[in-house]
Amino acid sequence: MKDIRRQILKYLETNSRADLGELSVLLGCEEAEIANEIADMEKAGIICGYHTLINWEKAGDDHVNALIEVRVTPQREKGFEKTAERICNYPEVNAVYLISGAYDLLVTLEGKTLLEVSRFVSEKLSSIDAVISTTTHFILKRYKDHGTVLMKKSKPERMAVTP
Amino acid sequence: MRNPLSKKIVGIEPSGIRKFFDVVSEMPDAISLGVGEPDFDTPWRIREEGIYSLERGRTFYTSNAGLKDLKSEISKYLKRKIDVSYDADKEIIVTVGGSEGIDIAFRAMLDSGDEVLIPQPSYVSYLPCAVLADGRPVAIPLQEKNEFRLTRDELEAAITPKTKILVLPFPNNPTGAVMTREDLEPIAEVVKKHDIFVLSDEIYSELTYKDKHVSIASLPGMRERTLVINGFSKAFAMTGWRLGYVCAPKQIAEQMLKIHQYAILCAPTNSQYAAIEALRHCEDEVQKMRTAYNQRRRFLMHEFKRMQLDCFEPFGAFYVFPNIQEFGMSSEEFATRLLQEEKVAVVPGSAFGESGEGFIRVSYAYSLEDLKEAIGRLGRFVDRMRNR
Repeated sequence: MKDIRRQILKYLETNSRADLGELSVLLGCEEAEIANEIADMEKAGIICGYHTLINWEKAGDDHVNALIEVRVTPQREKGFEKTAERICNYPEVNAVYLISGAYDLLVTLEGKTLLEVSRFVSEKLSSIDAVISTTTHFILKRYKDHGTVLMKKSKPERMAVTP
Repeated sequence: MRNPLSKKIVGIEPSGIRKFFDVVSEMPDAISLGVGEPDFDTPWRIREEGIYSLERGRTFYTSNAGLKDLKSEISKYLKRKIDVSYDADKEIIVTVGGSEGIDIAFRAMLDSGDEVLIPQPSYVSYLPCAVLADGRPVAIPLQEKNEFRLTRDELEAAITPKTKILVLPFPNNPTGAVMTREDLEPIAEVVKKHDIFVLSDEIYSELTYKDKHVSIASLPGMRERTLVINGFSKAFAMTGWRLGYVCAPKQIAEQMLKIHQYAILCAPTNSQYAAIEALRHCEDEVQKMRTAYNQRRRFLMHEFKRMQLDCFEPFGAFYVFPNIQEFGMSSEEFATRLLQEEKVAVVPGSAFGESGEGFIRVSYAYSLEDLKEAIGRLGRFVDRMRNR
């Protein structure tokens, strides 16, 4: 990968509000060049979206996140793809991964209440034909997410002036 | 009572930085750009190795020159980075920071009255350490028009029959200047011609933003008359671990080791274990930090240009060194007023030698957010001073 692309992606990864002017200063190249790179990477599906990391707990709304391990019977020719696609269609599903190990799909899910999530698992997920079993883990606390530490930061202890 | 003090030590000024630190520390809401150490935490895998060494009970002295594994990693690292081979057993001493290396090098090499050439502006320790070793420090004032690099003529003009050591502090604190191979070649010629030695302080060698660092020790005929000082503080964000090393031809290293042995015994053991991990597995971490520093460096240069603050573009360390002569005040006055009026701390260039007068050292070992805030305040200050 070109270094300029790597640096653009690293910047966007933690700051989706791309400021072309700032990027061009930090990377030492023209705004137009950066805009082109970003457009190319959007087209190529390298940049898949611009999201915001939200601490919903602080925002005050009821909010529950769950990780669900799903065991699936692979289907002829399609493997896990078809089942994964079905699960992806639900808007409350955040992410679906194919996983090596004791189960097949890992689904991350967002709901308002525990009840809502359990209902989704029992009524929607489990009822898919190919799904053999599910195990639901509720997330109790997020310490770090998307590379960002969500705990309170301790004060820096560097002295103010040193040689 | 008799005077308890030695004349030699009383004659040495306390560091100008220290004075400034006392003022800043009484201002809780000041933003500082005055720090000479990385803002990054030591990479976690290095810290974990330090913790692990404590858990394993590795709490004893090591051999004087340092752990065998560490010295061998240092030897490989230097071969890889600067293409100079050092015998891990006889030519490398692990020290308490790079600073100890400076001290023991002078003490091992200087007799009373021997002159040490110190290009300035530069780090505050060279001069007092030379004095403490009974040497005679001779400053070479570097010029902004040469981008604070040492030139052949400046060096020639400073050499006398008593000259013994040239200190070569590049990449440079406080100017950020670097010297390329082309810059070093004429220096090496002069050094060989006059049969003097070089103390090459390369503590910032990992932090260069244009070309890779070149050590004068790698130039033909220079290895045998060069001492290379380096360490873990800047490259791996390990300042508080107090760990550095000095590499020198066997004949010199033997004598330095005696001083180290009697004064220090050995560098901290758990820092040494952690440092092995740094040299073996942290290339990526260093690259990440280098990229971040470079972005901030570009940001500062861009902002200075916008406020038309005169500043040569430095390509090393994590400092920029803007010229503030247009404001008609001393750098100390400028720094003091900037601190009082806008609560931004920078270090006056004069703290690094007389030739630093008229400049301030701005460190970019800060997050971009901090830099933005500080630069906003500096911009306001500069505007006000211009419209006085």
